Formats: sequence, structure tokens, C-alpha cells
Amino acid sequence: MTDLLTSPYPALLVGLPVLLATLSLFFRTRGKALVGLLGCLLTAGLAIVAFIEVAQHGTVIHILGGWEPPLGIMLRMDSLAAVFIGMTAVVGVFISLYAWQYFRADESGPGEFPLFWPLWLFLWAGLNGLFLSNDLFNLFVTIEVIGICAVALAVLSGKTTAMFAGLRYLLAAITGSMAYLFGVALIYGSTGTLDLGLLGQVLEPGTTTTFALLVITFGLMVKMAGFPFHFWLPPAHSAALAPVSALLSALVVKGAFYILLRLWMEVFGVSITYAAGQLIGLAGAIAVIWGSWQAFMQTSLKLIVAHSSVAQLGYLLMIFPLLILAPGVTADSADWLSPAWTAGIFQVIAHAFAKASFFLSAGLIIMALGHDRIESLRDLVGNMRITAMAIGLAGVSLIGLPPSGGFMAKWMLLKGIFLSGQWWWAPVVLAGSLLTAGYVFMLLRLAFAPAREMGTFKPVPKSLEIVALILALGSFLIVFPADYMIQFLESTGVFGSGIESIVEGGAYGND
Amino acid sequence: METYQIYSLTSAVLFVIGLGGVFISRHFIKKIIATIIMGGGVFLSFVSFAERDALTFADPVPHALVITGIVVAVASAAFALALARRIYQLTGEESFTKDK
Repeated sequence: MTDLLTSPYPALLVGLPVLLATLSLFFRTRGKALVGLLGCLLTAGLAIVAFIEVAQHGTVIHILGGWEPPLGIMLRMDSLAAVFIGMTAVVGVFISLYAWQYFRADESGPGEFPLFWPLWLFLWAGLNGLFLSNDLFNLFVTIEVIGICAVALAVLSGKTTAMFAGLRYLLAAITGSMAYLFGVALIYGSTGTLDLGLLGQVLEPGTTTTFALLVITFGLMVKMAGFPFHFWLPPAHSAALAPVSALLSALVVKGAFYILLRLWMEVFGVSITYAAGQLIGLAGAIAVIWGSWQAFMQTSLKLIVAHSSVAQLGYLLMIFPLLILAPGVTADSADWLSPAWTAGIFQVIAHAFAKASFFLSAGLIIMALGHDRIESLRDLVGNMRITAMAIGLAGVSLIGLPPSGGFMAKWMLLKGIFLSGQWWWAPVVLAGSLLTAGYVFMLLRLAFAPAREMGTFKPVPKSLEIVALILALGSFLIVFPADYMIQFLESTGVFGSGIESIVEGGAYGND
Repeated sequence: METYQIYSLTSAVLFVIGLGGVFISRHFIKKIIATIIMGGGVFLSFVSFAERDALTFADPVPHALVITGIVVAVASAAFALALARRIYQLTGEESFTKDK
């Protein structure tokens, strides 16, 4: 553990946004926004520098205040964390630029929400902290920070629907984190340690471990809106302000997924059976079909996009059955692990870009029309060319058509599915894409249809449309560094690894 | 039965009562109280493990964790109560209905 390079960046990635968020609280409206935006740019710059540091030197660590674990806290930035932090920085900086313009657009805009900035910076600090954390309790604290900031952002508009959705979101978030913490208590009680690396070695299979795994997985599934605990997501994400919806859908739900992935792969290996993987894959598969179908049935744009998030998160859960190997299969002989990991990572990144773009475009449409009922989208192409293009491109990435990042993710997922011989997942992936195409093409058909009445669209700032378009393009551009990214992730050994399930038995049984 | 076992069992019971309450009740305040009961169960389980491992004195780490956890839980509960109060002021409603 001590042979890893110590670097100040992990600490700065958490400390700087917290400091700037606190600082911005001392300013009035405009000053808050200015400090907030500067803070976002600085944090993003720092994240890129830290990413380069990890790319050059491999995993870096930081021991806070020189207090060695287990007493102190160690932050650890490996390549998986670096990729998530980099993604947060790139998507986050564009959403910040959009928010800056969006809140200043006085005539048709929603007005100014100065508290957006400190809350978003605290949220960013929480996300960075989560990706860097290396022990179970730290993860709990960071998901709580993220949860409270996310709910505060979701209710920022002060509308009644947002309040109801926000309270429901908050109650789900508290329930999720309490369940997670109960699991942590059981783990600490049986092993006496919270360090992820150490736990991976000392954790023994048994009823306690299995039960801890069960409650932790339940808690995190509630937090990441995995089926059947997705009920809170569509109202909360659709009722929020446009930049907030983009943040919540693109970044916040990925946090819980990251913990789930880390814990299943690195800690609970001893207690996970082949059947458990199948079960979580089934939850993902149902989410893909159910979410896409619900999205198809909605009549307001933001609800379509929010339900689509449920479906896209389902794809992430579908990589779990591929990563858990049947008894007798070793990680060396399983050639589908690398495609499955690639699928997961690219699904996370492609969805972050595409969904952020989609929600920002929806915000522009609300700005222009005053509402987001889809029948009014007629002649969108004639009135808001750039936004229509952004929606089209983001939609293509969500469907998974080449050459988008979404295509890469779904193609690799299919490749992994066929290589592993678990063919029963393949129809789900294809049906999900078909249903996604259904609602995206429904929107595009309306966008190209001739208008029934003229002059319903109010002009919106061009710069906002361009930010949304850049994010949509981003979901295509990410396929170019794919080769580099896969090599980078493979270098740490997390990537391409799988759980060799030694235990046979029921879904969670070890006895 | 050892003392810590009574605490552990109580903590599990509290957790389940809270979990059930969150899902079953519709009233805002009842739901919030249910999450607090869940939290109480979790913190009690930490403390009971500290008691079990006590040789001459109790393990300090779970106590430190519980303190942090309580702070976080209080903050969440306060936020939830503030939201519930605001909804009541705006709409006069005090529980979730089917369509909201």
C-alpha cells in the first residue's frame, strides 16, 4: 500500500469545491454565480490534471493529514476512479456553462437561482469524494452528501410538483443509505475493518456476509433507481430545473452504480453466486423494457427523458451477470470480461453525455414554448435547428446506432453476451434499442412535421443551444479515445477481472 | 443471553419496523419518523458490536462512526421535515396520494 505514489490531487479534488462552495455563500446573487462558475472551471481543470497524473504514474493515493488508516482516511485514485472523475468534470463543466447562461436569460428564463452554485459545487465534491473513497464508511458519508445536495437541487424551483417529487426522492435516499449503513455495521461487526482492499482479503463467506451483501445491494439499488426501486426517479428528474435534471440523470445516479460495481467486484467476491448475478441482471433487463415502454407512453418531453434514464440504467445492471463467472470458469479463460467492462464504462459515459444533452435541450424547448407537451414540438426543426439536431444526435446515442458511444456500449454488451453464452440477455438489449428508437423517432417525426400555427416558439439564446449540441456530439466523440481508454483501465487490473464464484447454491445462499 | 445480543436483536427489529413504515405509511411525518427508527436500529447495531468486542473498554471506532451517522441522519431528517412543512404550507396536503 505504501509503494503507491502520494499525490495532493485526490485531496484537492474534494477540498477545492467544498472551499469554493462555502466561499460563494458569502456573496450576493451575481457574485454567487460568478464564484460558482469559476469554481466549476477550476474543479474541472484540476480533475483533468489529476487524470493526467494517474495516466502517467498509475494509481495515486493521499492520506489525509498524515493519519494512516485505519484511524485516518485514505483517498485512492485508480484508473476507474480517474475515468469517472474525468467524465464528471467534462459533463459538469458544460452543464455549468449552460446553467450560467440559462439563469441569466431574463425574459423567457426561469429567473435566477443563486443557490444552484454552492449546491452544485458541494454535490461535485461529494461525487469526487465517492469515486476516491476507499472505505465503506467514507462511501456512506459521500452518498449522503450527494443525496442531500441532489434533493436540494431538485426542489430548487420551488414548484409544488418538484416539492412532492423531492420529498419522495429524499425519503428513498435516506432509506437507501440507512440500509447501506446497516450492511456496513454487519461487515464491521464480523471483520473489524472498513477498508475495501483489506475486506476483499479477510471477508469470509457466511450468513452475515450474505445478509450484509443483501441489504447493501438493496440500499444501492434504491439509490441508483434500479428496478423495482425506480419509482422516485421520473418525477424527481422531470420536475427539476433543466441544468439540475441534466446533473441528476447524467452524474448523480452513476455514483451509486460505482459503489455497487466496486463492492461486488472487489469486496463481496466470496459471497456472490452465479445466480445472484442472474438476479441483478434480470432486474436490469426488466428496467430496460419497462423504462423504455413507459418513456414511449409519456406525453411530456421531460418525462420521456426521465423514464429513458430508468431504462439506460438497466443496461448497466446487465453487465453484472457477465462479470460473475460460473463455477469452474477462471478469469483467464473468460474472454467476455473485457467486452463486458467496456460496455459498462461506455454505457456510463455515453449516457452521461447524451442524457445531459437531452435534458438541456428539453430545457430550451420549455424556454421557447413555456411547456413541454410533445404535440407542440411540430416544426421544431424550422424554429430551433440546433436543438433539434442535439435531440437527434443524443437520441441516436441512446438507441445505440453507429458510430455513437451508445452503439459501442450496446455492441460490446452483445459481444460479451454471446461470448459468454448467456444468449437470453440478447433479445432484451435488442428490444430495448427498438423501444428507444420508438420514442426518439416519435419526437423526431413531430420535429419535422409542418407547424399548425405560427409563432409559438420564442427565441432562445444561441449559446445555450450550442452547449447542448456539444454534449450530444461528445457522446459520439468518446469512441475515438476508446482504445486508449480500455488500455488505461486494463492497466490497474480492476478492468477485465471477474468474480470466480466458488460457491454453488441459491441466489444468495452459501450454506 | 449476553447483553450485546439483546441490543443486536433489538436493532434488527427496529430496522425492520422502520423499513416497513417507510414503504407502508403515506403520511409525510410517519414516513420521516420511520426513517429515523431505521437509523436508530442501525446505530444501535454499531454500538452493540462495540460492546461485544470490549475487553477492558469498548471499541471506540463504532462510536466515532455512530456520531457521524447521527449527525448525517439529523440533517437529513431536518431537511425532510422542512420539505414536508413547505408542501403543507403550499398545498395543505400532508400525505402522498396515488397520483403524486
